[in-house]
Amino acid sequence: MASITLENLAHSYRPNPQGDSDFALKEVNLKWDDGHAYALLGPSGCGKTTLLNIMSGLLEPTRGRVLFGDQDVTAASTAERNIAQVFQFPVVYDTMTVRDNLAFPLRNRGMEQAYIAERVDRIAQMIGLEGILGKKAQGMTADLKQKISLGRGMVRDDVNAILFDEPLTVIDPHLKWELRTQLKSLHREFGHTMVYVTHDQTEALTFADKVVVMHEGKVLQIGTPQELFEKPAHSFVGYFIGSPGMNFLPVTIQGCTASVHGESVELGQDYGQPDGELALGIRPEFVRLTKDKGLPIRINRIQDAGRHKFVNTRVFDTEFNIVVDANQEINADMTNIVLDPDKISVFHNDWRVEGRSAN
Amino acid sequence: MEKTANQRAWFLVLPVLLLVAFSSVIPMMTVVNYSFQDSFGGNEFFWVGLEWYRELLRSERLWDALGRQLMFSSIILLIEIPLGILVALCMPKKGWLASLCLVLMALPLLIPYNVVGTIWQVFARSDIGLLGRFVTDLGFEYNYAQNAADAWVTVVAMDVWHWTSLVALLCYAGLRSIPDAYYQAAEIDQASRWSVFRHIELPKMRGVLIIAVLLRFMDSFMIYTEPFVLTGGGPGNATTFLSIDLVKMALGQFDLGPAAAFSLMYFLVILLISYVFYTVMIASDKEEAQS
Repeated sequence: MASITLENLAHSYRPNPQGDSDFALKEVNLKWDDGHAYALLGPSGCGKTTLLNIMSGLLEPTRGRVLFGDQDVTAASTAERNIAQVFQFPVVYDTMTVRDNLAFPLRNRGMEQAYIAERVDRIAQMIGLEGILGKKAQGMTADLKQKISLGRGMVRDDVNAILFDEPLTVIDPHLKWELRTQLKSLHREFGHTMVYVTHDQTEALTFADKVVVMHEGKVLQIGTPQELFEKPAHSFVGYFIGSPGMNFLPVTIQGCTASVHGESVELGQDYGQPDGELALGIRPEFVRLTKDKGLPIRINRIQDAGRHKFVNTRVFDTEFNIVVDANQEINADMTNIVLDPDKISVFHNDWRVEGRSAN
Repeated sequence: MEKTANQRAWFLVLPVLLLVAFSSVIPMMTVVNYSFQDSFGGNEFFWVGLEWYRELLRSERLWDALGRQLMFSSIILLIEIPLGILVALCMPKKGWLASLCLVLMALPLLIPYNVVGTIWQVFARSDIGLLGRFVTDLGFEYNYAQNAADAWVTVVAMDVWHWTSLVALLCYAGLRSIPDAYYQAAEIDQASRWSVFRHIELPKMRGVLIIAVLLRFMDSFMIYTEPFVLTGGGPGNATTFLSIDLVKMALGQFDLGPAAAFSLMYFLVILLISYVFYTVMIASDKEEAQS
């Protein structure tokens, strides 16, 4: 096993890419450390799958290099890279039994019978397929097929990394949780580097140690789930992570105070006197409804989601969401909000900026 | 609500029953009627019972035609199915070239049967035909009008030319429905080209292949127009298949009784083979669902 480094990677599906818009993947520099579980999160069409296919060697990048450890594998075939990949739609060889499915990659590599048998038994036990080894793979449920697919990847003991391309899309909701938990425990037990592509933030945040957020072919932020939640590096990360996402208000800033349409908001840090397009961002969870203090709001609707209430409001012309505890009463005279100064992020041209300590 | 038996519903199927009765049941019953009678012209008929059937089953003529028919169907299936698969595998997967291929492949299917026969009749003539002349010039003795083996080769080649594209198009549709992920997974598993074909492409084509075999079998088993135009069943009786023989008997010799018995047996054989095919298909479908 080895770490995987992506250097100045860019990819276009067009033969002669001209401008930036021709590239599905724009200038990516990333290092996947050995033995970690990563999630690659982003909306559909942001280049996640392209990035994954470049790592597994199914695609050759237009520009840039892929390194496994210190070795340049950019031009190496999929087989040489020893990568396992689990696809969105489960791929099993229908005519073979589960046992033959698992043995297939080893047989193709000309391993010995005894070794194959031992390996297949072991992997089947790990994934929980030992009871159905003799059955044909055809007609099995999607979750079993996906397990077989995963098993085919893990059966090789020299795999550098296991890549998952939205593997739970076709799985029933109640089985998703179970499979994800199993993946996590397999990761803990065997320490494969795992890269998990998804557009579902819950999947990403619960699976990975570190989440890579992508948007329009670029990597916006790499961080732990907590970092993404509290300190989104880019306004898109703030908007994409969390449900509902971060609220943004266009502001002007003077030191520790932001001004929204003439109303001042206290900030936790000193930002000096920045120019350019400024926005204040705050999570719906860190906003308090009050009667007289703070920014004036108009409540549009309130949704009760059991443990929480989602309050949809307007602050001047901007939509603004608030999450409050379910047992909190919301009265007609609550016409203002107060923002928690320590939880406010400031974005300069969509990128988060850090201020100096206020004292 | 309680369900009541409503017999009036029968009136609703009556139009269909009438249509079927006049278009197939009644005409067929006249054939059944003929097959039990003898006629000497002048619209006089005599009841002969099962005589024609007995005679036909004992005659070599029917068995020879049936043998030739089975041989012909087997040969063209053995050529057209593998060839169709091969062509489908070689066809480009997308782009204008794929569209062009599809159009070219569909062309033979659009030509009327008797025109196909005429095309080959001229094409294979050893004096002026492009193919026949070429083969003769190569030094082969070739004349489909006089040599039985040559006639067979020509009839088989004509059928392969006419119908392989149907098999290829069906297989192509089956192949196109395989998601890319299968090929990618196979690449990661280091599967050989043969393994990809054997374990991915062939199983995914299974459904269309069953249809292709069924269609080609039934159609070739009833073949009439093309060999009739090309060889007229000759030389001798070498390419006299069942339907050619039947027409000879009914219209050539005006033996209405034996011809009627012949066509009924022909019909039963086709029905029987269809039934066997159908059962096998259903059985394998069930097996698929259970496993």
